[in-house]
Amino acid sequence: MSRNPLPEGAQDIDPATVRFDDVSMRYGRAPETLRDLSFSLEPGSFHFVTGASGAGKSSLLKLIYLAAKPSKGLVHLFGQDVSAVPLRDQPFLRRRIGVVFQEFRLLEHMSAFDNVALPLRIEGRKPDSYRQDVAELLTWVGLRHRMHAMPATLAGGEKQRLAIARAVVNRPDILLADEPTGNVDHEMALRILRLFVELNRLGTTILIATHDQDLVARSGMPVLHLDGGQLTRLRAEP
Amino acid sequence: MSDMLDLERWKPASFLPDADARDGSLVFVVATLCFLACLTALAVLASDRAARGWTEQLTGEATVIVRPKANETPDSAAARAAETLAGVPGVAEARALEKEKAEALIAPWLGEETDLSDLPIPRLVAVVLAPENPADSKTMNLALKAQGLDASVDDHSVWMKDIERGASLARWIGMAVFALIATAAGAVVAFATRAGLAARHEVVEVLHLSGAEDAFIARLFQARFARMAAIAGLFGAAGAAIMGALLRLLGGGSGLTPVLPIAWTDLLAVTPAPLAAGLVAAVAARLTAQSIIRGLQ
Repeated sequence: MSRNPLPEGAQDIDPATVRFDDVSMRYGRAPETLRDLSFSLEPGSFHFVTGASGAGKSSLLKLIYLAAKPSKGLVHLFGQDVSAVPLRDQPFLRRRIGVVFQEFRLLEHMSAFDNVALPLRIEGRKPDSYRQDVAELLTWVGLRHRMHAMPATLAGGEKQRLAIARAVVNRPDILLADEPTGNVDHEMALRILRLFVELNRLGTTILIATHDQDLVARSGMPVLHLDGGQLTRLRAEP
Repeated sequence: MSDMLDLERWKPASFLPDADARDGSLVFVVATLCFLACLTALAVLASDRAARGWTEQLTGEATVIVRPKANETPDSAAARAAETLAGVPGVAEARALEKEKAEALIAPWLGEETDLSDLPIPRLVAVVLAPENPADSKTMNLALKAQGLDASVDDHSVWMKDIERGASLARWIGMAVFALIATAAGAVVAFATRAGLAARHEVVEVLHLSGAEDAFIARLFQARFARMAAIAGLFGAAGAAIMGALLRLLGGGSGLTPVLPIAWTDLLAVTPAPLAAGLVAAVAARLTAQSIIRGLQ
């Protein structure tokens, strides 16, 4: 189980899993990628982030998984102001966040099994303690028969499901996915969406960045729409 | 499929990819630096031994120059001086050198063509001092003067100071070269770590975003480069030891390397090299990795 860096009672003060207060972000001296965002994601919620290419979807996710810092405003995670979390405690905060990257980011020198087991090994768990869990998770994403395969030998949809398995193996509180269906066919996209819905039913907060309007429409989940770095609407679909 | 192979499949992969094309070059460079460092250490030890040997020789001996008076032949003056000195406490032996020996010593300064028989060549007395409580030049001069001899004692103190100064200089230069090579090895490893991190940036980023602590990631690189440098250090040390052994076999102090007499025990000086290389690499890799990972924040 991951260490919780929250102070006693913090969850009671701010129950939101994610809260943005007037957040802006820029890369270096470039114009702001995100401007004055304010929203919150409740625990167990399921949201999509939509918008055209360059609208700031990936940047918004980066702020949540602590790969970037806001140039203005406050980002709260699990009731904690991220800017106030000491650097040494940030890894423990990251362990509560699962991320599915657009380009998968699987480690090519590790088998499918080892890729999924990676977050558990980082937490210090021994192989005997996670072997069964990882095998079950690979069964859940339909990859048990490929558990010893190297990522280079997997098809796009298999890689995506493997990336999802790695992102959820340590039961994160929130799962972020950046264009998770961007590299797969329609049928695989629906299969992946079903995995996210199942995870959400188990209590995981889900935030998916996508430009796949069909997927968004089928899910019927609320949408954060970004246009030119600004949150233009927070709506429920359809 | 055998059980053995099955077990192998379940063995967790290392966090970092096993090998990199640059690893071979790094091992070669660090091994070369260790080889040079070990050779420097051997040279320092040998020069120190040579200086000590020369000092011991000089402190145990003295040379007396005897100038005969008008009423005495050079041979009898030298014989009398030797007899006088033999009775001085702290002198183990005093021996008048033959005329030919004195001429042989002075010939190189005057040239082979000079007829030395026409010159008033002073005679020499070689004095071996007692190892314990050796006589000093003042005591010997007083004894010679008391016997009415015109002689001067050279106790080699001028040369000893020069040798000691030279030996000390050689030691400091050797240590400076050693420090320079160790620093260069550290810089090479730091550079290699940086390149290694850049090449494995994807791995570092995934580990970082999966919740690995900075120290955990730094330790991976530290262990990788420390192991590599220790192996390189082993090669370098072995190379230097083989070269030292060859020099020793080819004559040691009296053969190929008369000014650098290598002893067999000197070869032990290379044994800490793999450990030292590993430590330098570990520190360099850790500091470099930490600074790069901090940049990911």
